[in-house]
Amino acid sequence: MSRIEARFEETGAAGDGALVMFVVAGHPTPGVCAELLPAIAEAGADIIELGIPFSDPLADGPVIQAASQRALGEGMSPRGVLEMAAGFRAKWDTPLVVMTCWNPIYKYGVEAFARESAGAGVDGVIVTDLPAEEAGEWVPAARASGLDTIFLLAPTSSSARVKKVVDLATGFVYCVSRMGVTGARDELPAELGAMVERIRAETAKPVAVGFGISRPEHVVEVCRLADGAVVGSAVVSLIEREQSSAGLRQKVRDFVSELKGATRGLRSTGRRR
Amino acid sequence: MAEGQGHSGESRAVHFGPFGGIFVPETLMAPLVEVAAAYESAREDPVFQQELGAYLRDYAGRPTSLYFCRRLSEHCGGAKIYMKREDLAHTGSHKINNALGQALLARRMGRKKLMAETGAGQHGVATATVAALFGMECDVYMGEEDVRRQALNVYRMRLLGARLIQIESGSRTLKDAINEAFRVWMATAETTYYLFGTAAGPHPYPTMVRDFQSVVGREARRQILEREGRLPDHLVACVGGGSNAIGLFHPFLDDDVRMVGVEAAGRGLQTGAHAASLTAGSEGILHGARSKILQTPEGQILTTHSVAAGLDYPGVGPEHAQLQATGRAEYVGATDSEALRAFELLTRLEGIMPALESAHAVAHAVELAGTLPPEAIVLVNLSGRGDKDIAEVQRVLAEQEE
Repeated sequence: MSRIEARFEETGAAGDGALVMFVVAGHPTPGVCAELLPAIAEAGADIIELGIPFSDPLADGPVIQAASQRALGEGMSPRGVLEMAAGFRAKWDTPLVVMTCWNPIYKYGVEAFARESAGAGVDGVIVTDLPAEEAGEWVPAARASGLDTIFLLAPTSSSARVKKVVDLATGFVYCVSRMGVTGARDELPAELGAMVERIRAETAKPVAVGFGISRPEHVVEVCRLADGAVVGSAVVSLIEREQSSAGLRQKVRDFVSELKGATRGLRSTGRRR
Repeated sequence: MAEGQGHSGESRAVHFGPFGGIFVPETLMAPLVEVAAAYESAREDPVFQQELGAYLRDYAGRPTSLYFCRRLSEHCGGAKIYMKREDLAHTGSHKINNALGQALLARRMGRKKLMAETGAGQHGVATATVAALFGMECDVYMGEEDVRRQALNVYRMRLLGARLIQIESGSRTLKDAINEAFRVWMATAETTYYLFGTAAGPHPYPTMVRDFQSVVGREARRQILEREGRLPDHLVACVGGGSNAIGLFHPFLDDDVRMVGVEAAGRGLQTGAHAASLTAGSEGILHGARSKILQTPEGQILTTHSVAAGLDYPGVGPEHAQLQATGRAEYVGATDSEALRAFELLTRLEGIMPALESAHAVAHAVELAGTLPPEAIVLVNLSGRGDKDIAEVQRVLAEQEE
């Protein structure tokens, strides 16, 4: 069982949802980001997603775009992200997922990226613009290195695609809550429950919901439906806003622990498996 | 009008050799699959093809002429130079061919609103035009830098009733306009049709845009056979995303005709300030397809430079990458100053003001013709007219004189 699957197993057994926290690696600077990761882990994140910044991220809204530009300006590179992951892994066992677009991986060398990610202690990879149809080179490389391959599903994914994607997915299935780019929203879409049920009907693998999850009440709502909630833009915004404040780490820690608190006791234990 | 119709039985493959594909977020899969399916059914539907053919003839003014440039040819002292006069098509460029085709498709799909990206503004103008023609709403995404240097086209789009969305992210050019258009489309695909302007992007756009633009090559092939009784020796076309070039090349692929695509070498390939993805780029994935792109060793997309906004793009259509890889077509560069000289030359010698994009093709054709014997024939796609560029040409020439 992978570290990611084991974490979902643990949170599920405790009756909690899993809290997945996304940050842009190298934002606001590589140094500050490396210090934030332990704070996020300590505050209760069950899984950390490290975004490898890409110059032209198609699926991202303004907050993550700006943070990515900033990180690139600070010299963040795919290799630098793996070094950051390795530094974190030396002290922490929180599952790590790397999230990026296909071009940086393609350019790195698909097999080398898989091998070196696993070597750096990364547990899974999400490639936001690599649909199952184009994953023929990636999935075998990731499997050979023991990385989970996390794929996304959207509200408009056909039943045939849901089937295909859940078969390829390992670690968890990432359910995109709504159409459109990443970014905080006020409310969750009403159809989310039906969407999660459509995925559940095809797989027993854990399902985490992301895109637009920004507040504890969203996390509560999501964790009633799914195995975990992914929060990204909201914490990236907080980091951007408070980057020069002495209390940055504490503010991030408080936000994460508030979100983690919202995951507790929402799942009837042993529901899955 | 047979030339308004698509070939049937051609490959509908998602890939061109190792290039092409659909590298997009999951949220774009359903809209793209829907467009691809609608296009498959439309292209096999004689009613759709007849309607498109009628609009191309009666509205866009097709067939456009094939013009022998006598004075330009004499000036070069070599091959005969013919120009396929896409500058004479309605709205002033080849872009109308694709805009009409896709707008009819959008209507067939029940969409009431179009969206488009634009670099030089020619595709934006073409899309705004067909939106007016069919009574549809239209949003055009354009980089801030391109809005500045193509002010005339910006005003034309506004007159036509389009809403212009100015993009201030990244390099503020075509690349960023495409990013933003796809991001918006993710959330609006149920009501809005994304009328993509070049033969790049995810499937089905490279295939569909090529099909709609192939009317250029089919006409040119028939016209040169009528005029000269034989096929040309060389085809020359400028390549940004590559739609006018693939439209000219495609009907000649099985013929013994050499094909040359001319990319923007900007201030020179050695300066890094260029947009020559095929001649100076490497394999990568941008805007939904694997192709040749301009990128850093770490896979970040580079900003580009060209005096021609329509060529100022770090990627290129995947079919061109495949034509280059197989050696079927050859790709070269023309610099900003070579394009400007060609702009002046064609204006003075033939009274034809080319778009700065097309001037890149003219520049190479002039050079090539000089090396060929008099019986040789070079056929250039004059993809657009230069009215839109006059202010920019004036500005750049004034700078050069300083």
